[in-house]
Amino acid sequence: MNRVRGAGLVGLVLVIAWGLIALFGPMLAPYEVGAIVAPDVFERMGGAHLLGSDYLGRDVLSRLLNGARFTVGLSFGAALLASSSGAALALFSAISVRWVDETVSRLMDALISIPGKILALVIVAAFGSSMVLLLLIAAVSYMPGAFRIARSLAVNLNQMEYVQVARVRGEGRVHIAIFEILPNMIHPLLADFGLRFVFVVLLLSGLSFLGLGVQPPDADLGSLVRENISGLAEVAPAIIAPALAIATLTIGVNLLIDSLASGGRSVTDEA
Amino acid sequence: MSAHLQVSGLEVTVSGEHGERIRIVDDVNFEANKGEVLALIGESGSGKTTIALALMAYARRGCTISAGQIRIGDTSVLELSREQLFGFRGNRVSYVSQSAAAAFNPSKSIMDQVIETAMLHKLSSKSAARSKAIELFSSLALPNPETIGNHYPHQVSGGQLQRLMAAMALISDPDVVILDEPTTALDVTTQIEVLRAFKKVVRNRGTTAIYVSHDLSVVAQMADKIVVLKNGTVREAGETMQVLDAPSDEYTQALMAAAKPSLRVESLKKPDSETEAALLELRDVSAGFGRVDADGMPKFTILHDVNLTVERGTTLGIIGESGCGKSTLARTIAGLHPAAAGSICLDGVPLATHLSKRTRDQLRRVQIVFQNADTALNPAHTVEQVVGRPLVFYKGISADETHKRVAELLAQVKLPVDIATRRCAELSGGQKQRINLARALAAEPDIILCDEVTSALDTVVGAAILDLIAELRRELDVAFIFISHDISAVRSVCDDILVLYSGRTVEFGKRENFAAGPGHPYTDLLVSSVPELRQGWLEETSARTILRPVDNAVDVDEICAFVDRCPVRLDGICDTKRPPRLIHANGNEVLCHLPQAES
Amino acid sequence: MILLLVAKRILIAFFTLLLVSLVVFSITSLLPGDAAQELLGQSATPEIVAELREQLGLNQPGHIRYLVWLKGLLSGDPGISMVSDMPVRDIIGQRLPKSLMLAGLTAAVSVPLALLIGILSAMYRDSRLDRSLNIVTLSMIAVPEFLVATIAVIVFAVQLRWLPSITIVSPDATFGELARAFAMPVMTLCFVVVAQMARMTRAAVINQLDSPYVEMAILKGARPTRIALRHAFPNAIGPVVNAIALSLSYLLGGAIIVETIFNYPGIASLMVNAVTSRDMPLLQACAMIFSGAYLMMVLVADIVAIVSNPKLRHR
Repeated sequence: MNRVRGAGLVGLVLVIAWGLIALFGPMLAPYEVGAIVAPDVFERMGGAHLLGSDYLGRDVLSRLLNGARFTVGLSFGAALLASSSGAALALFSAISVRWVDETVSRLMDALISIPGKILALVIVAAFGSSMVLLLLIAAVSYMPGAFRIARSLAVNLNQMEYVQVARVRGEGRVHIAIFEILPNMIHPLLADFGLRFVFVVLLLSGLSFLGLGVQPPDADLGSLVRENISGLAEVAPAIIAPALAIATLTIGVNLLIDSLASGGRSVTDEA
Repeated sequence: MSAHLQVSGLEVTVSGEHGERIRIVDDVNFEANKGEVLALIGESGSGKTTIALALMAYARRGCTISAGQIRIGDTSVLELSREQLFGFRGNRVSYVSQSAAAAFNPSKSIMDQVIETAMLHKLSSKSAARSKAIELFSSLALPNPETIGNHYPHQVSGGQLQRLMAAMALISDPDVVILDEPTTALDVTTQIEVLRAFKKVVRNRGTTAIYVSHDLSVVAQMADKIVVLKNGTVREAGETMQVLDAPSDEYTQALMAAAKPSLRVESLKKPDSETEAALLELRDVSAGFGRVDADGMPKFTILHDVNLTVERGTTLGIIGESGCGKSTLARTIAGLHPAAAGSICLDGVPLATHLSKRTRDQLRRVQIVFQNADTALNPAHTVEQVVGRPLVFYKGISADETHKRVAELLAQVKLPVDIATRRCAELSGGQKQRINLARALAAEPDIILCDEVTSALDTVVGAAILDLIAELRRELDVAFIFISHDISAVRSVCDDILVLYSGRTVEFGKRENFAAGPGHPYTDLLVSSVPELRQGWLEETSARTILRPVDNAVDVDEICAFVDRCPVRLDGICDTKRPPRLIHANGNEVLCHLPQAES
Repeated sequence: MILLLVAKRILIAFFTLLLVSLVVFSITSLLPGDAAQELLGQSATPEIVAELREQLGLNQPGHIRYLVWLKGLLSGDPGISMVSDMPVRDIIGQRLPKSLMLAGLTAAVSVPLALLIGILSAMYRDSRLDRSLNIVTLSMIAVPEFLVATIAVIVFAVQLRWLPSITIVSPDATFGELARAFAMPVMTLCFVVVAQMARMTRAAVINQLDSPYVEMAILKGARPTRIALRHAFPNAIGPVVNAIALSLSYLLGGAIIVETIFNYPGIASLMVNAVTSRDMPLLQACAMIFSGAYLMMVLVADIVAIVSNPKLRHR
């Protein structure tokens, strides 16, 4: 971590802060999450309510601290699922016989051709949007991208002479995949996991913003923006705060990855 | 009167991990007179390229020229402004880099790039520059000088590109030309032609040149003066004759020793009994890639009917230029590249062509060591994991025993025991190659296939690896197949030598027969192309006649594969018939139409 | 040779599109609910439901329904909208030009801007300019579109009252009106797309600037502008076009939020409506359009890369 400097350090602080909020946020919340506690709707910042009140007069800070858990937690779970299943499938595919590899790769190519958000909308339309479903939807939408990255890594590593040495020694495919190839994929995969996380946060917040994501009474950060949209004309903190919260989370992760993997793949390789 | 080129107190630094400055070139001084060729010689990391680039006031990313003076004629190079440098670079000093293939822009025609310097500096009209380029092409002995410039870089060969690059450097009639390892990427038979062309052009034009190289023998042909560099400092400088004949510095002496061909294997081992089957025997092995036809032969054949035998405990050298199929041969023996035809027998027992069909014990008995130690060792593993794995895999011995055995193996390859806990990525090139050998030895194999194990290493380090292989041969009852493009390395460790050309065995026989010659015309060409460590060798070696190309319509499989490069070919025979396999008086098998006496 | 490669690439694209249709159809017809029941509501008698099922072809096995649907899709008739009872073709026909207009305007603004930023920051790599641009673009990518849109509305519509917060375009609008109407949606979309494209362009150009032939050009005395434009850029065309294609394909997803916020009558907001009303034929058609557009852009980029490769062009 001693390589993290400047913008990367800002990123690291933001990531740690949001991690802590996701873990302990609800305990820190000054008010009950669903309770109407303010005399007025869309109150300004300061006073009894640090971030003002929302469209029903609920405490924005408390709702934000609770909502962050959904955004961070769901996204983390979905990104983890997408990255690990993508990597596992990629490893399997790379060491398999050719036709298996071809079939899996073609199918993933097809899945990649359906833009993530579109695929998510199709699945939401078909199956609805419970918490578990949302997690799966996000994971499925971004798994093909993780697969593609991991497969190209695995294929390259598979050509390395040390893998050939292992093959000449008579090692089995599974040993080669786990002991020779996987350890050298970990670093780029971690950076890719960070990117997936950012994509998933944006996807889930977007879905919630459209009313297709986390359903009331639960609310993630995207839902908070949506439900307070009527405060837009008054420039209410109730709408600005959750939107900024998402931005600081994703920017934080991006800055951190960028400084860790300087010169490596950049965030822009959306898949 | 002061020298034409003067470098004094040159210092170049790079920024370290924590922002501190590290000196990679430290207080370097030398000078060259007009028309002289000065060589900067050193191994990787010696700073020779950095110094050469500094002559153009250029430092690569991260490097800074931090002190010193460079004078070329009346110009103080390091004091030029940014604007003046645009007019200086390419115009007064020009550069020829090591890899011409990479230094040409793939999307521009060769002519456009050759005359670009003249256009940039407005030295002449476009048509004048073109005719000058064509003139240079022909004095550099390039084929079809009129039209070669219309091609794109990927359409011409590496040796031609290197000469085209020299033309690019000379188009502006610069005061100084820098030649940075200009022949290192070339095959030895091509190198001699390129060297000859360079020397002629440099001499005729009276160009002052800086010749950067790691190869003393090449430098001996080219340079008037030599500057020996190590770790960014000058170790020795002087006239070529004086440095070669009486090197005063210890490091120069070590370089000289490594460059001189030496015999590392004194006595040739003989098989104990005649009845015993050869350890490894290949019969008519063919291999290739692409779609397989009805006869089981692939579309593109790399190896054609290769035969060889290796006796227990002996070493077979396989030599040939890049693309001749020598690495494929190693991979075919190892089962990584399945043979399309022929048989491979280990102790008389046929081996399956694909390694997945071989038994674990067969796999254990044949080990392979790859050229590039950087990619042959898993960077995520420790030395102990790498060397210990064959022990666990083949023998299933306990962790304690593995630990002990790894220590023994490390001692055998002359590495300290405490290296065992280090990660492979942290080691130097020479150390990695030793670990590579130790891993092969751990399997207690009968034969080790060494594929270009010294070619990625510096001369001195490579020589030490050769010494190690020779020693292992003496101490252990293990056979080697030693594959290399370097005939002196092969001669120094091998009992038998096989010369591979275009996938065919053109000559096979005892090592001592290869020093005397004559043998196959290709072998002779190969042997005579290796520069010797003395001045005047290049001049003594007769220039090759430029050969008329062979009619393309003839199927190359039906004639001699070497015919278009053969200096002694018989028209009407060599280009119409497949050559026979002759046994020469010295016992060597030679694939040639010519009877021995005539060659 | 080039023709063969291009033909092969086009064939692969079609095959992939076929697979995409299979995926889209499978997901949407694995529906837990019954489309006929849903259309008619809970009060419908079983007989009427059965009749409608028959009519919609829901009684046939899955693969037959897929083939029927695919045939309709290929002949330009992807079915009847369940909600509005209009042919899907007509509904999309009204909306598609508007989406294309938005995408076209965004591309016209973003591509030149992104190339400029990308090439500049590659040329001045590690300078203060480059480092600030890096942080700015990195942050722009990570910001959700609705934040950009809301801020844009707050600043330009609420505070400054320069622009309308909803994009309504009358057929006889003047250029000024058009520009005002499209300013905010285009701005929002550009915000994210420019950053992405610029970063990928920078990476592609830097990749070339690091190559030995660029060092050679420096040593010939060529100036930075010449090196970037005459030496590096021709070799970076393939990757740069690829970057443009990938970024523009992002427009497809980004448009969903933007069209919804600004109430813009394009395909993306149509698709969101189709999701909320579970109008499957409409949804399927929209999904296919988006995927087709993505494939088309990637295909064009690949073909450009093949054609611009000197090793394939000059054999």
